[in-house]
Amino acid sequence: MKLFSLSSLRRGADMFSIRGGIHPETNKYLSAKSPIEKMPMPSIIRVPLQQHIGAEAVPLVKRDDLVLKGQLIGKARGPISANVHAPTSGRVIAVGHFTAPHPSGLPVATITIRPDGEDRWGPHLPRLRPEDADPKDIAQRVMEAGIVGMGGATFPAAVKLNLRERYPLHTLIINAAECEPYLTCDDRLLRERAEEVADGIWIMAKALGVEKVIVAIESNKPDAIEAMRRHILAAGPNARVMRVPTLYPMGSEKHLVQTVTGLETPARALTAELGVVVHNAATAHAVHKAVRYGEPLISRVLTVSGHGIKRPANIEVLIGTPVSEIIDHCGGLEGEPERILLGGPMMGLPIQSLRVPVIKGTNGILALQKTESRQKAAMPCIRCGGCIKVCPCGLMPMEMHARIRNDDLDGAVDIGLLDCIACGSCSFNCPSNIQLVQGFNYAKGRLAFKQSQKHQQEETKRLADARNIRQEAIAEAKRQAMAKRKAEMAERKKAEAAAASGAAPETPKEAAE
Amino acid sequence: MIEAIATMSALGVGLGIVLGVAARKFHVETPPIVDEIEAALPGTNCGQCGFAGCHAAAEAVADGSAVATVCPPGGREVALKLVEIAGPSCHAGGADLAGQEDAGPMAAFIFEDHCTGCTKCYKRCPTDAIIGAAKQIHSVIFDACIGCDACVEVCPTEAIIMRSKPRTLRNWYWPKPEEHFEPAA
Repeated sequence: MKLFSLSSLRRGADMFSIRGGIHPETNKYLSAKSPIEKMPMPSIIRVPLQQHIGAEAVPLVKRDDLVLKGQLIGKARGPISANVHAPTSGRVIAVGHFTAPHPSGLPVATITIRPDGEDRWGPHLPRLRPEDADPKDIAQRVMEAGIVGMGGATFPAAVKLNLRERYPLHTLIINAAECEPYLTCDDRLLRERAEEVADGIWIMAKALGVEKVIVAIESNKPDAIEAMRRHILAAGPNARVMRVPTLYPMGSEKHLVQTVTGLETPARALTAELGVVVHNAATAHAVHKAVRYGEPLISRVLTVSGHGIKRPANIEVLIGTPVSEIIDHCGGLEGEPERILLGGPMMGLPIQSLRVPVIKGTNGILALQKTESRQKAAMPCIRCGGCIKVCPCGLMPMEMHARIRNDDLDGAVDIGLLDCIACGSCSFNCPSNIQLVQGFNYAKGRLAFKQSQKHQQEETKRLADARNIRQEAIAEAKRQAMAKRKAEMAERKKAEAAAASGAAPETPKEAAE
Repeated sequence: MIEAIATMSALGVGLGIVLGVAARKFHVETPPIVDEIEAALPGTNCGQCGFAGCHAAAEAVADGSAVATVCPPGGREVALKLVEIAGPSCHAGGADLAGQEDAGPMAAFIFEDHCTGCTKCYKRCPTDAIIGAAKQIHSVIFDACIGCDACVEVCPTEAIIMRSKPRTLRNWYWPKPEEHFEPAA
């Protein structure tokens, strides 16, 4: 029997239980009213083999092969990787490298397909009835379908569905917060396909073996909340919709868990250690399609928005469609936008070329005008503490930034650089326009690079040692062979000498011995 | 037979004792700093520094006759480490660390139409980064190559050049944001 306690009072006030956070202009009105439309077949499709966190997929097709829609063209390699499928039928015109949808513009292994326009389906994945399927089979199916986290992190979903083997899980949280400004694709998905999403949620809950399911939606999407409430029974008897406050970064995994359950995830730990798993709403939709219909992940819904787009819209596109064709479909660019981003304005990645394809994790294409992109000259830090106030992780951005500026990366790690989720709240709030989060991204990348260099140096030493040992072994073997030959020669000479002296019958006996 | 064994054993034992005593008596103390420097060097004995192996280079750095940038394959990282270990004294000689910043790691590249399959480079490579066999085209494993130039020197057809290692999505990171403040008006 539990007594009434103060903590139960606090439970009701969990609405604002994350610290910090910001309220950027959401600008969701630009595209929130346009229903999801299907993009016409693009003239070319480029499917990168690395669209996920983990190892690159291995190509299974070669040039001039004919592929069918849904055919496996890239196979996952290793435990953390994802399959890649042909988004439509057509001819493979290249298996090589192409510019990645990434700010660096570096090449990534890519399969280029020229669609034949027929959009002919190949064999679907075999039918699976989730009602009487084993949780393992569901996870296996999700793996085969190449589903990754579609909120942007692109972590292979099957790996997360298999967490039940290692942690006692009790809650599945569906992340439909969509806290990034401008983006409305999850909102539209929940409004128009709530039933399918709910079914996907039910399938995932079954695979995870959890009792409780919570769909978290930000309060600025009342239509999505209503639509989801109408169909929530399809996601199981213990499923419910929770309205979370509109606050950036509510969609961050750890912060959403804290808001919904009141549990704070320890630094650098997984939410699974608290028994909670978070999946994106779009991922649930992909799981529904993969398990019920055997369709792999070959298309997704994304938002095309920003004041630099003539006709902002939510579109369902095939994975691998070039960004330029999507923008053309939306009426083209308005004037000359300052920045083109993949993803949201806070954490999205700027791209240099419009020819790059969209991938599984692309949830938006934004063309921002100068008035929207907030790029101003930086001024010295006035130590106002504004960044500390808004940091959702409780870090001290200005102090970390000062250390990074002076190349003291280890010092920055000491005060929590690795706990930074790079949400950009600090940069947003800085009155001096200091590029705080950019500095943290640099420092994290630099640290990872240093780590890999250290690893490589150790590897070099190991290789050099291995070579020395091998050479010594070869020299030793030679020496021994030489000694053996010498001994044999001596033996033969001795035998000859013995034969010459006339003791012929004894020699063969000796040799036999 | 027995005499021979006895003589050889006696000789061996006698010489062994002499050697052991000599090692104790004429023991040369290597300064610990040399070991420390040697540990920081790649240890491949590629000879690119002009010394006879990494140990000799470490000694030279320790006594100040070599500069911190002595190790080309080690690059800036190793140079910084050497300065840290040996102190600024080894910096004498005008070694310019700033100039090394942009060079980045290098790796060998073999022009396949020039390769005759002579196996010379493959034998010289200190990290086994070259694969090949007699009369076969040789190839470089990029990840294992330390850019030591040893193969470039021995190639009879000049088919090997040094290229900077390409940046990939895996080792790319954001540049450091630049800060230049404009004076307040």
